[in-house]
Amino acid sequence: MSFEKKLPSWKSIPIGGAILKPGNFAERPTGDWRVFRPIINQDKCLRCLICWAICPEPAIYIIDKPYRTSSGREWKFTLEIDYNYCKGCGLCVEECPVKAIDFVEEVK
Amino acid sequence: MSDLWIRIPLTSNYAAAYAAKDVDVDVVAAYPITPQTPVVERIAEFIANGELDAEMIHVESEHSALSACIGASATGARVFTATSAQGLELMHEMLFIASGLRLPIVMAIAARALSAPINIWCDYSDLMATRDSSWITVIASSAQEVYDSIIQMYRVAEDPEVLLPAMVAYDGFIMSHTYEPVYVAKDRAPILEYVPKNFKNRYRLDPDNPITMGAIADPNWYYEFKYQQVVAMRKAYEVVKKADEEFGKRFGRSYGFVETYKVEDVDIALLTYGGLYGTVQEAVDILREKGVKVGAIKLRVFRPFPYNELFNAIKNLKHLVVLDRAITFGGVIEGPVALEIATLLKFKSLDTNLYNYIVGIGQRTVTESDIIGIVDHVSKLIEKNVVPMESIYWGVRE
Amino acid sequence: MIYVKRTEIRWHGRGGQGVVTASIVLAEAAVYQGKYAQAYPEFGAERRGAPVRAYTRVSDEHIKTRAPILTPDVVVVMDPSLDKSIYLEGLKIGGILIINTKKSLDEVRKYIGRDDLKIARVDATKIALEVLKAPFVNMAMIGALVRVVPVIDLHYVEEVIKETFRPKVAELNIEAVRRAYQEVETL
Repeated sequence: MSFEKKLPSWKSIPIGGAILKPGNFAERPTGDWRVFRPIINQDKCLRCLICWAICPEPAIYIIDKPYRTSSGREWKFTLEIDYNYCKGCGLCVEECPVKAIDFVEEVK
Repeated sequence: MSDLWIRIPLTSNYAAAYAAKDVDVDVVAAYPITPQTPVVERIAEFIANGELDAEMIHVESEHSALSACIGASATGARVFTATSAQGLELMHEMLFIASGLRLPIVMAIAARALSAPINIWCDYSDLMATRDSSWITVIASSAQEVYDSIIQMYRVAEDPEVLLPAMVAYDGFIMSHTYEPVYVAKDRAPILEYVPKNFKNRYRLDPDNPITMGAIADPNWYYEFKYQQVVAMRKAYEVVKKADEEFGKRFGRSYGFVETYKVEDVDIALLTYGGLYGTVQEAVDILREKGVKVGAIKLRVFRPFPYNELFNAIKNLKHLVVLDRAITFGGVIEGPVALEIATLLKFKSLDTNLYNYIVGIGQRTVTESDIIGIVDHVSKLIEKNVVPMESIYWGVRE
Repeated sequence: MIYVKRTEIRWHGRGGQGVVTASIVLAEAAVYQGKYAQAYPEFGAERRGAPVRAYTRVSDEHIKTRAPILTPDVVVVMDPSLDKSIYLEGLKIGGILIINTKKSLDEVRKYIGRDDLKIARVDATKIALEVLKAPFVNMAMIGALVRVVPVIDLHYVEEVIKETFRPKVAELNIEAVRRAYQEVETL
C-alpha cells in the first residue's frame, strides 16, 4: 500500500492495465522468490541441454566458455544459471539424467 | 435527407445486421441462439454477397464468440456480435474482460427470458443480469432505434475518453422477429463520416509496436484501473448525449436518454423500456379518451443511468408507475429499473410515490387492457393512500 | 383498434405453406406504398404440417403498439382442412373471413355459422395448381385479400413478389395473384 512507496495516480497509468514497454519484465528480477538454489556440477554435466530446454523461465544459458573436467574431458561450452531470474522450481534438478544439479537451501 | 435513406421493411434483428454492415465492421464472431440467430445469418449473407468485407469467425459457444471478439478488438478491429439469454450468460465472464481491457465492442441483444424452465421468449432478465459489467447499455423500442443506436454506440464506444463496450437490446421475438418500416442508409459513406474508423487512437496489439494487454494487476494497481472505468462510464454520459445530438443534426433522428409522452399535465405516469413502451403509449391514448390523465416515459439508456434527464421527466409527478420486465430476486424492490429510480428519488429528495409492477415475464402477454388494468389498480392504491414497497406481480395466477 | 385507422390481419395455414411469407410480403407491400406495417409470426418452434399463424398490421399512421393481435379484423385461411374453431377465434364482430376452398359461398356461410362476418372465398389451390403446378397458395391468397380489403394496391404486391422470387417464379406468382384477385367471390 501507500506506505511502501508512492505509486502513480489512476490518471497517469495506461487504461485497461496495458503495459506499453515490451519485454519490461527483464527489469523485475524474480530470483528472490527462491527457497532452494540449483547448482550445476560442471564436472558431472554431460551438456545434454535438457535443463536448458525445460527451464520455464528460461534462466539457464549456454555460455561460450570452454570447460575442462577434473577427469580431463574438454567441453566447448558451459551451462550457467542466471540467479536473478531462477525461481528455484527444481525442474532442472528433477530432469537431469545424470543428477548433475544439486538443490541447496538458500541461506539469506 | 431522403437521398440518404431508403425505407424498407426489416425486423429488429435485420436492422441490427444492417447497422453492423453500414458501420463497416471488420470482424463478427457469434454463436446462434433463438431469437438472435437472424442477425448473424443476415451478416453472413452480406459477407457472401460482397456487401460487407468482414471476417466471420465461427465458434463453438458464446464464451468463445466474445473471446474472439475481444482478441479481434484488441488488434484495433471494429467488432460486432449478438446474442440472447443463456448465450449472454455464457459470455458473462468475458463481458468483464472486454470492458476491463477497454475494448469498444458493440453487441446486439435480442432480450429473452433465462432458463430454467426453458423459455425462448422475451423478457429482460438476461440484460439486467449484466448490470455491473461496465458495458454501456441501450434499450431500443423500434427497429429504427436498433439501427440508429448501434451506429451511435460505435461512436460512443470508440471515443478515446470512453473506450468501453456497448450493448443495444430489444425485445426478443416481439421486436426481433417483427417486420416494420426502417430507414437504412443507401450508402455507408455518410455513416462512416459520423463514425470514422480510427483504430490508432487506442492501445492495440501491433507486432511493430508490441504491448502487453491482460496482465495481472495486484492490489497496489487493480483499484486504479477500476476507477478509470468509473470515470469512463461517467464520461460516457456526456458522450452518449453528444453522439445522439450529432446523429440528430446529421440524419434527423435522435432519441435522448429518456422519452416522454403526454406527461405535461399529469400526476401519474408509467415508465417502461423496450417494445412495451409503444403499447403503453397506446394505452395512454385510450385512457385519455376516457378522461383519465396519464402519461408514459421511456428509459432508453440503462448504463450510464440518466439521472438528470429522468429527474426532469419525473420531478413534477405525484405518482410514478415503473413497469419492469425482469426480476431482481430478493431486492428491496424486485424490479431492476424501479430499484434505480428509488435511489434517484431518495437522493434528489423527490416525494413522488413509486409503484413497481412486474409484467411480461417470459413473454406473458401484455396488451393495452393490462396497462389500463394497472392504472386502475394503482388508482385504487392512491385512493387508499397505500404505497406498497413490494413489487406487484401483474397477472400472475393465484 | 378504434383509435387508429388500421387493419389487423391473421393468417392461418400449415407449416410449409408460406403463411409467414404471406404476412411479410403484405407488410412489405404496405411499406413500399408508404404506409406503416408490422408483420410477425406466431413466436415459437415451427414444424412442417402443424397449424401455423402469422400476423400483419397495416396502418396509415405509425403503429405504436406491440401487443399481439388477439381480435383481428381480417382472417385469411390458406388451408381449408383446419378446424374453424382455430381460425374464428377472436375474429371481430363484422370482421372479414377470406378462405381458400372449393365450396360455394353458401356452403361456406352455412359451415361457418356466423352472420356478422363478411365472407370471401377463392379456390386458391386450383389457381396454384394451374399456374404454379404446385399447391403454393400463399401469394394467391394475398391477391384475394387486397381485392376484398383494399388497403394496399395490387401494384406494390407485385413489386415485392418481383423482388422476393426469381424472375420466372415471380412471373407465375404474379399471375396467381391476379387470378385470385379476379376470381375471389364475396357477397
